[in-house]
Amino acid sequence: MKSIMIILSLFCFLNPNIYAAAVEMKKFESDLHEQRYKNLIDELRCLVCQNQNLADSNSELAQDLRNKVYKMINDGQSDQEVMDFMVTRYGDFVLYRPPFKASTFLLWIGPFIILIIGLLVLVNFIRHRKRNVITALSNNEKEKLKQLLNDNKGKFK
Amino acid sequence: MKLNRAVLPLLAFIVLVVFLAIGLTKDPRKLPSPFIGKTAPEFNLPILHKMEENFSPKLMLGKVWILNVWASWCVSCRAEHQVLNNLVKYHQVNLVGLNYKDDINDARRWLSRYGDPYQLSASDVDGIAGIEWGVYGVPETFIMDKKGAVRLKHTGPVTNKDIKEKIVPLIKKLENES
Repeated sequence: MKSIMIILSLFCFLNPNIYAAAVEMKKFESDLHEQRYKNLIDELRCLVCQNQNLADSNSELAQDLRNKVYKMINDGQSDQEVMDFMVTRYGDFVLYRPPFKASTFLLWIGPFIILIIGLLVLVNFIRHRKRNVITALSNNEKEKLKQLLNDNKGKFK
Repeated sequence: MKLNRAVLPLLAFIVLVVFLAIGLTKDPRKLPSPFIGKTAPEFNLPILHKMEENFSPKLMLGKVWILNVWASWCVSCRAEHQVLNNLVKYHQVNLVGLNYKDDINDARRWLSRYGDPYQLSASDVDGIAGIEWGVYGVPETFIMDKKGAVRLKHTGPVTNKDIKEKIVPLIKKLENES
């Protein structure tokens, strides 16, 4: 297990994207602007490499969109305006935290539904098991058991 | 009751398989476009073969037209290109190209080599119009109605099947709209 972890972490160091993404330099008017920029590119998804956000991705589109976010912040637009700009062009998919509405209902509620089903199944399972364990032996069964034990006495001596 | 409990995991498994099978048939790169039914985004860009003149989508108002986003560096555009050449050869359509993030000379050379099906191509060297139109993977194809609203977006290369089943029928339908 340990050796696997070491190999995996080595791969992380070999991945050039990690360094390339960190090299990009941008000048901000204030720390607040920089913080807002960082938050926004963390929240927005890269459309090309769909499991990365804009901050992590090194694709050309991600670079363009980072520049767009940077420009909009410098032009004095609010976070909401930047988000709206992206959503009107790329749809809700561009948001890593999509809004709660009819089309995303299952996305948000689905895991809880599955959790509840799982709990119901578990409770049902435990109840059934208890019932089986508790049943005591009837008089008939006790008699049979005694007989069996006595029968075997001679054989194991 | 006993039978029920034995069958339950099997049923759960079948449901899971069905869901996963449906998932496999879907292309995660094909996203619903937020533009459908809305007015096509504007841009104003130089025309590839006539850089002193500009093209803008509003010039196409009153016509049903296709915007095809392409680039000479885009490998799957090459597969699509022959399909587009045939489209304009056999059908009466207004096909406009958007040359996305490309070198002007590369783009011109590419068209003279593989044929030019476009009425004109707008040259979007910096990808500005690309962002306005929500382009995330070239090639992409949009169809606009006479009022200038986007009615279809197709992501990825257009195939002959798409032309026959989706694009030509839609264009015919839109031509009949006032």
